[in-house]
Amino acid sequence: MTHLLTLDNVSKIFGGIRALSNVSLSVPPDRIVGVIGPNGAGKTTLFNVITGAYRATEGNVVFDGKEMTQWPSHRIMRAGIARTFQNIRLFGSMTVWEHLLVAQPHQGNMLRLVLPARFADPVAWRRAEEALDIFGLGAYRDTVARTLSYGLQRKVEMARALTTGPKLLMLDEPVAGMNHDEAEELRLLLLRLQGQGLSILLIEHDMPFVMRLCHQLYVLNFGSLLAEGTPAEVRSNPAVLDAYLGSETAC
Amino acid sequence: MISTYYAGLFADVGILTLGALSVYIILATGQLSLGNGGFMGIGAYVASYLTVALHWPVTPALLVAGLVAAVVGVIVGFPALRLKGIYLAIATLGFGEMVRSFFLVFEPTGGSGGYRGMPHISISYIWVWAGAIVLLVLALERSRLWLEMRAVHDDETAANLVGLNTTVIKIGAFGLGAAVAAICGGLFAHQYVYIEPGNFGFDRSIDFVLAIILGGSTVGLGALVGALLLVLVPEWLRFLVDWRLAAFGVLLILVLLTRRQGILDRALIMRLTFRKTA
Repeated sequence: MTHLLTLDNVSKIFGGIRALSNVSLSVPPDRIVGVIGPNGAGKTTLFNVITGAYRATEGNVVFDGKEMTQWPSHRIMRAGIARTFQNIRLFGSMTVWEHLLVAQPHQGNMLRLVLPARFADPVAWRRAEEALDIFGLGAYRDTVARTLSYGLQRKVEMARALTTGPKLLMLDEPVAGMNHDEAEELRLLLLRLQGQGLSILLIEHDMPFVMRLCHQLYVLNFGSLLAEGTPAEVRSNPAVLDAYLGSETAC
Repeated sequence: MISTYYAGLFADVGILTLGALSVYIILATGQLSLGNGGFMGIGAYVASYLTVALHWPVTPALLVAGLVAAVVGVIVGFPALRLKGIYLAIATLGFGEMVRSFFLVFEPTGGSGGYRGMPHISISYIWVWAGAIVLLVLALERSRLWLEMRAVHDDETAANLVGLNTTVIKIGAFGLGAAVAAICGGLFAHQYVYIEPGNFGFDRSIDFVLAIILGGSTVGLGALVGALLLVLVPEWLRFLVDWRLAAFGVLLILVLLTRRQGILDRALIMRLTFRKTA
């Protein structure tokens, strides 16, 4: 089976500290894959290595058949990866609408880019309108995104990621700060996106959410892979229970 | 017919508007340039050399001056990538002084003696340029490129991680800002028909920054408002004789205390044009 994303023995060393140690994982097409693990296990570092924010010290990252370990971030993202951040990173001066336009890939000639977008780039305009609909952000179109509630800001960030037209969506703790209803709404949305052919790689601490959503899980601990498998397999893995979930946790 | 006194002032407003816009374009990507007087000087000397020594008409001379400065701007943009905040500001200041010192000793354009012989241009010619460039910037402000520039300004790392090539955007902004400053310089040279290196020093760069900060540094029209105020208010304060510049300084501080974003911002423009807030 060909995978969309493959990490082969990736390590990241900061000074003397191995933040990631020989991590191998893969994301098949149209699948939702979760990365779990205690705080400091290296989950966000893993995301940063995949997206080029950090460069892997050892090992390879292959995405969509392309070896991209040494690529700069913007090139990796343009190749079809989009991500959100654990501590939401929106553009402070921009409205919701502007967030949906800013990250879209360039198409056609330069004029599309430098003339007023409304007239020069109807394709981008339409795609932004779609994203506004999908996430139900219509009422906040012209609001400065940073002034919205936490849950809405997460939605804006996710919508911005989707407007780049990714093959793989990477979410860093997408339901942190969301209430139960919002989390459920997001779960259904992610399933719908996966149904449309998007692959999703996510970090999450909310175990019920992860267990119900993901097809496959990787468990990180101290920068190394502790276990992998379906949610059911991971849940019954004694090493995981010991190191992370705690023996009495039932999910 | 307006008096030559006011004609001269309005020519200055047009020239300063372009200078302020040149800072604004670079500032839109979060980079503060204190060296745009240098780009202006390059534009002034290149355009003047073309019209005086090579007898070119003014318009193509200005265009070439803009291109030359854009190339220099891109070259300056590269080391600027490694610097942020006040470190970048000081480095660009150094660049401006370097340009001034260069023309001080560069004999083909008169060195410290200055350069003369340029054909004089009309105030309407200046305003055709200034008006066209203001309109271009206003159109650019509604483009996706401008959003990308603002993204770099707001959060460079996030901009990179949504797929924007922040390097190209930052360097491009320097190139574009330099071109506008150069056209500003070319117009200045052909308005005053005499230039010397001292015209393009540190105080000139500061004037540009002052105009855009005062007028409103988040909107292109702020350059126009700032230039109007910076040129006209000191004239209106002439009744204060020797105290007028001190009084102007007080006014400036008061404006910035009450409106840190400058006089114009998006919200104010929306209200003035009766549109709902965006």
